[in-house]
Amino acid sequence: MTRYILRRTLEMLVTLLVASFLVFVVTEFSPGNVARKTLGAFALQEQVDLLYKKLHLNDPLLVRYVRWVGVLTGIEADPLQDPALGLGFKDPRRARYFGNFGYSTLYKAPVNDVLWDRLGNTALLAGLAFAVIVPLSLVLGVLAGMRAGSVLDRALSTLAIVMTSIPEYALGVLLVAVFVVALGVLPGTSPLDPNAGWSIAAQLVLPVSVLALYDAGYVARIVRASMAEVMARPFVRTAVLKGLPRRQVIVNHALRNALIAPFTVILLQINWLIGGVVVTELVFAYPGFGRMLLDASLFGDVALIEAATLVALFVATATQLLSDVGYRVLDPQARR
Amino acid sequence: MSGLLVSAAESAGRPRPGLLRRLPRSGVAMVGLALVLFWVVLALLAPVLPLADPNAQDYLAMAHPGSSAKHWLGVDPLGRDMLSRLIWGGRTVLAVAPTAVLAAYAAGIAMGLLAGYYRGWVDVAISRISDVILSFPVVVLYVILIANIGPSALNIVVAVVLASAPGIARIVRGLTLSLIHQEFVAAAYLRRETDLFVMLIEVLPNCRAPLITDFCLRLGYTTITIGTLGFLGLGLPPPAPDWGGMVKQATSMITVFPHMALYPAIAIVTLILGFNLLADGLTELSQAD
Repeated sequence: MTRYILRRTLEMLVTLLVASFLVFVVTEFSPGNVARKTLGAFALQEQVDLLYKKLHLNDPLLVRYVRWVGVLTGIEADPLQDPALGLGFKDPRRARYFGNFGYSTLYKAPVNDVLWDRLGNTALLAGLAFAVIVPLSLVLGVLAGMRAGSVLDRALSTLAIVMTSIPEYALGVLLVAVFVVALGVLPGTSPLDPNAGWSIAAQLVLPVSVLALYDAGYVARIVRASMAEVMARPFVRTAVLKGLPRRQVIVNHALRNALIAPFTVILLQINWLIGGVVVTELVFAYPGFGRMLLDASLFGDVALIEAATLVALFVATATQLLSDVGYRVLDPQARR
Repeated sequence: MSGLLVSAAESAGRPRPGLLRRLPRSGVAMVGLALVLFWVVLALLAPVLPLADPNAQDYLAMAHPGSSAKHWLGVDPLGRDMLSRLIWGGRTVLAVAPTAVLAAYAAGIAMGLLAGYYRGWVDVAISRISDVILSFPVVVLYVILIANIGPSALNIVVAVVLASAPGIARIVRGLTLSLIHQEFVAAAYLRRETDLFVMLIEVLPNCRAPLITDFCLRLGYTTITIGTLGFLGLGLPPPAPDWGGMVKQATSMITVFPHMALYPAIAIVTLILGFNLLADGLTELSQAD
């Protein structure tokens, strides 16, 4: 098991490295360069050219990528923060340290000052959504899968499909139309500002609902399929035939086996949640990680895009590892 | 009666009717098909329907942008006819989404067949690259790609291919691995068929049932994606009518004129629901075998 985890962790690091390189390549297609973005639209071309030269931006792609890795691991100082340039870009931490994501040309601040607050806000949003998704999808899925083909199953399965068919921004619009425009009981934007006229809790209701409803439909379908499959197995039939009450058959026999497959899916759902937050945060003007990534991508802030991608990928791959390890612990057959 | 016919056909050694032929047996699939066809028919008829120009602005209607005899569904924030924009927008989605998914399928099937058929380093290379791409949160991948290569219909197709082909490749690779040891493949080798023949004529047609279902699901996802990109401001450049972009444009006015955002949102939901119900019905049919 330890060897397995070590091997997977190593694979994860390689994935992160390859992905960060791919992102580096993709940002090459973006018009404009770091020098232009640093100095702004009103700088003279000569000034931009000078900075371009000083930052060694005409080096080959691979050289620049290795330099970026050097800055990240703390071997090299970020060329953009060199005091000799006179830009005044200064990281209050140190010139070189491990985990130095560089300087954001969009926010004109070290990436590490921008990134983590927003990530915290998003973690709050995603965490609350997760806390709704898991029980909601389990209840829906188990109730539907308990008696496959029944009226209840048909109704709940259709509900789940409808839930997965409403993308976050459409759901956001629908919920805002009902709860903000028609009823006026909730705020339509969530800047997480206590002085915005609504309590923080009220501001969180709609974004959390949007995220949770969209994903819960999908997970509920997986739980239902797994539950229906287990209910058709011989050992469940035996339990029914030996006269156990239905409740006991479901709770003690079926549920345990039915929840192994959804466990992996639920953890992998975090990957989808990360995508969902980009849209949801834009709908509700939520000061989070997803909106930051969108802004950084539209502006072409390479340092921030790289940092955000790495964090998103780390979360995605780490939960994948966690789900695989969990699966091995839960299902003894997978261990062999 | 039909049961008798089916069993007679089976005893005669003829194949069962294909997945798509059995479609009418699933009520769910038929509802889905109806929803999709509704938009397909409207999209096809768009040029002949007596619609207003989707980009023409009616400044007088902007004073009362709600429903009227002239504009059945009202006008958008710029005074453009909503009904016309919805139908023309449906045309765009229904052109871009299938194109993108088909292109992704071409790439994914090629990758999956090569990886599953030749194994070895080809397999390792294709699977590794697929793993890296699949570990990206999808929306993050789209945002980074489109923001950098620029928003256009072609680039949306490129992004969908890059993001979806690895997933399709994974399915095809798995199916190829399981089919390659079957007798009919061995028979093809005995006939000295080429590798290409075996891949395309022997293996690929036998992958179709899971792929048809996946195709419908992916059409739904891609419709969501195109809408999402439009909403994020990364969709088709204005003034092209684009459902996601229409929702985005109208969200700032949602407290005053909710219809401007609601109609395109409902349009998107019905089309996606159509694809998803179709996929669900197909899954049910293929599992009933």
